[in-house]
Amino acid sequence: MIGTNAARADDVWKVYGKEEARVVALRGVSASFERGKFTAIMGPSGSGKSTLMHCLAGLDTVTRGTVHIGGTEVTGLGDKALTRLRRDRVGFIFQQFNLLPTLTAAENIRLPLDIAGKKPDPQWWDTVIGTVGLGDRLGHRPSQLSGGQQQRVACARALMSRPDVIFADEPTGNLDSKAGAEILAFLRSSVLEHGQTIVMVTHDPVAASYTDRVVFLADGEIVAELENPTPESVLEQMKAGEVLV
Amino acid sequence: MLRATLKSLLARKLRLVLSGLAVVLGVMFVAGAFVTTDTLGRTFDKLFTEGYATTDVAVKAKPKIAVSEMDGEQVETPLPASVVDTVRQVPGVRQATGVVATDGARVIGSDGKVVTSYGPPRIGMNWVGTDDIMEMRQGRGPDKDTEIAVNEAVAKAAGIKVGDRVGVLTQLPKKTFTLVGVWGYTDNRDSIGGVQEVAFTTPVAQRLMLGETGVFTQVTVRTDDGVEASGVRDRIATRMGSGYDVKTGEQLAAESSAQFKEALGFFNNILLGFAGVALFVGTFLILNTFSIIVAQRTRELALMRALGAGRRQVINSVLIEALVIGLIAAVLGLGAGVGVGALLVTLFGSMSGGLDPAPVGVPLAAILSSLIVGVVVTVIAAVLPALRASRISPIAAMQDVATPDRPLTKVTITGAVIGAAGATMLGVGLYGTSSLWLILAGVLVTFIGVALLTPLISKPVVSGLGRLFSWSVPGRLGRLNSGRNPRRTAITAAALMVGIALVTGVTVVMDSAKSSLVAQAENTVKAEIVIGGDQNGPRPPTFDDAVLAQATAVPGVRSAAGVWNDQALVNGERTYINATDNLAKLSDAFGQTTLPALKPDQLAVSTQEVAEHGWAVGSVLKVQLPRGEERSYTIVATYDEDAMPGSYLLPLAATRDFGLTQPILGFVRLADGATMAQVLPQVKALVADSPEVNATDRSSYINQQVGMFDTIITMVQVLLGLAILIAVLGVVNTLALSVLERTRELGLLRAVGLGRAQTMRMVTVEAVVISVFGALLGVVVGAGLGSAVVQALDGEGITDLVLPWTQMGLYLVLAALVGILAAVLPAIKAARLNVLAAIAHD
Repeated sequence: MIGTNAARADDVWKVYGKEEARVVALRGVSASFERGKFTAIMGPSGSGKSTLMHCLAGLDTVTRGTVHIGGTEVTGLGDKALTRLRRDRVGFIFQQFNLLPTLTAAENIRLPLDIAGKKPDPQWWDTVIGTVGLGDRLGHRPSQLSGGQQQRVACARALMSRPDVIFADEPTGNLDSKAGAEILAFLRSSVLEHGQTIVMVTHDPVAASYTDRVVFLADGEIVAELENPTPESVLEQMKAGEVLV
Repeated sequence: MLRATLKSLLARKLRLVLSGLAVVLGVMFVAGAFVTTDTLGRTFDKLFTEGYATTDVAVKAKPKIAVSEMDGEQVETPLPASVVDTVRQVPGVRQATGVVATDGARVIGSDGKVVTSYGPPRIGMNWVGTDDIMEMRQGRGPDKDTEIAVNEAVAKAAGIKVGDRVGVLTQLPKKTFTLVGVWGYTDNRDSIGGVQEVAFTTPVAQRLMLGETGVFTQVTVRTDDGVEASGVRDRIATRMGSGYDVKTGEQLAAESSAQFKEALGFFNNILLGFAGVALFVGTFLILNTFSIIVAQRTRELALMRALGAGRRQVINSVLIEALVIGLIAAVLGLGAGVGVGALLVTLFGSMSGGLDPAPVGVPLAAILSSLIVGVVVTVIAAVLPALRASRISPIAAMQDVATPDRPLTKVTITGAVIGAAGATMLGVGLYGTSSLWLILAGVLVTFIGVALLTPLISKPVVSGLGRLFSWSVPGRLGRLNSGRNPRRTAITAAALMVGIALVTGVTVVMDSAKSSLVAQAENTVKAEIVIGGDQNGPRPPTFDDAVLAQATAVPGVRSAAGVWNDQALVNGERTYINATDNLAKLSDAFGQTTLPALKPDQLAVSTQEVAEHGWAVGSVLKVQLPRGEERSYTIVATYDEDAMPGSYLLPLAATRDFGLTQPILGFVRLADGATMAQVLPQVKALVADSPEVNATDRSSYINQQVGMFDTIITMVQVLLGLAILIAVLGVVNTLALSVLERTRELGLLRAVGLGRAQTMRMVTVEAVVISVFGALLGVVVGAGLGSAVVQALDGEGITDLVLPWTQMGLYLVLAALVGILAAVLPAIKAARLNVLAAIAHD
């Protein structure tokens, strides 16, 4: 199990607030994310999909249950260990504001390695830079790049440290459909060609169709799963979910 | 609108506290100055009223040379004993007493040292019995010439008791007396305002304090009951004629008090000057804070505009905010100022030895100036940000808060123009009119000019400075952050610049002056041994003139010459003059071509003075000394005044009419082959009975002469410390804001693996870069200003330009430390950010 799973949640509960203001975001979610697979987490607003991702990534603590990244139990780690885990074994792509405005694209890509005090593997560097296709724009600052280009820089940064898993939170949410498609294709190819594990939160059926598997959440529980999704099958499942509710 | 303003005011408490604190500190200084001077003023009023409580009318001979409290010690002209009888016969006079009471009776304590005084005089007087406010504590008054009594303050300070043999220095060298009595004052006081008093029998007091018997310093009159003192005063004045000053006790109290208040006014102005600097720096901080607040509130203000608020209303909203902060800060500053004033008064009281301060009061001037200064400074600083706020378009509410970097062209050109204007004012002030106000205004305007130019400079300099820290990722990020907002970095650094520039400037001038004086002294003083002491009161230390002759007799001594000092009217113009017992020996001690010994009606004058007045050797000058009649002296020699002590040198005979009839300095030259080891101990032994002075080697003497420059530097450093403290608040403010503005960025950094310690280091580097940048500016501007002043003073004897590299380096290191300190709270805040919340932060 440990060998094949990049990330795993076991009976994860997340409760916010107390007493009357109590909100249960996750109710005993258990899920495994296989190595070398591209998984989407879907669900309506408030279903707990982002919370699940944050808990999986060690950005948020769980109320009950355990989370593993690779072979490491994330739950119960201190700030130092969590920081190191995020730096070395997890990659992030956020919806927006992914880059430091003061650094160039290349510097942004190297940032996690620089923080760790590591040198990038030149071969891997060339491969990643080659696939994101930024070419001559590497020396530019984020403000000089388009939204799609910025997001590609963020992807490259996430890939550069070859993390156990990359968490992407609505990575195409702020992009037009063409730029979004480019990013998704790029993520897809990094899974296929380099065996990268990616977990992506999205509400877009088209985006979900780029993945190997879709996990559907509603009211903090996993309600369905779909292998090899297509936009149509995802949409169908979403409609079914709405009927259920 | 007003309610919205006040609400948003409360929402940004921390920022307002920080900028408000700058105003509080500045106002505190202002209020403190007023409270101190007012309280001390009333203290002196009370003191002199008490001091003259038993004097209805006093008769004194008109002083030969009128000297105010600011210019030195007034030497009183003795009046003949016959005056006492004359006064006594005036109708309305119940009692007329001839009184000797003059400064300069120094008691030698049981430890062999002279009892010091840092202000109050040490009065030598004749014993005329106790009056209404005096009470005998022990023993009795002196009635033999070998006896003295002292007041309790002296007895305590000297550690002496009735029956002891006590040495006293007066116009004459040390004399030893038996202490027969100690007195105090009503209400259990040991003295009136810390004044030390030694009472002799009348003839002894006359001889020791006035140099001759049969004379008094004044006649103290008590009037008949029910008779107006002023009436008696007028009758006495008519009787005595124009040679006498006749005044009522009330008049004398008011006059003495007024003289002290004049000195206090000077002190007040110094404090206000430093308060001004602090407030000037505070203005930067407030300007910055309001700019930031306006930038942060862009959406809010735009929304208000969209909802129909006019430009005027937006401006008013910002200004009202400033008004409220200014008012609150002024009130708090006033409160703190009262505390500071009380502290200063207590300090002053204890330092001056027994001055009993009046209760601390808050004069109207303190309240008004605090409120006005606090409010006006804050509102003025907020005007620019308010105008900027009014230019926010309503559409900004809908758009992303994009604050594009406005070009620096306008601000740079303005800065260049203002800087040039400041430099011109400074140049004209220094080289042209020598007007202090023009120089100060020039410095101020220059600062504003430099501050406006700072954004432009900040880019390359900050980036260069930052490279020092670029070896680590947090360092590099910090460096990049410090260059992100050149205006904000610049104004923060500029605030620090002002304080450091002033300190550096003063240090340059003082060190240059010191070095020039040392060099000059090294070149001129050839005497291997110098006799002299530290002056720590109004009266310079003196020694027994017999020492000079005795020193000459010591084997290995080639010559010894003394220097006396006083003020005199030379051809009607008041000036400092010196006298020497032997001009030939003195010129030898200064390595000059030997000048002739002076006859009693001859003097030597510096070539500079001779040239200025158009005199020549052979000219006859009329010299009025503090005592005696005006005399004529013929110039028989001239000398370079940079190479010899003073501009005028009179013969020994003249010292009889000096206020201080004993020498203040002695210069001893060794014979060829004699060694210091042999001679110095013997000379030291000679001055054992003159405990105010010591015999030192030449270099110690020279260093002692320039010691005051170090004192001035320290004082300026302490006083400008406040301005620097305010600037540090500015750094804290700027950083706190950076952290707030970059919350999401910090979240991202933490998400991709930046540790807490690294985050803190990043913020710290930003702070250090900004502070060091400010200090660097300050050091450079200060060195420039100081050099300009030194250049301008070239003609005044400051010939060397000394740049205090060590100190300048120290200021930079200190700035780095200050940066680290200023970063502590913002860094902790940054490190504690919740990663998730920070990423989601809007």
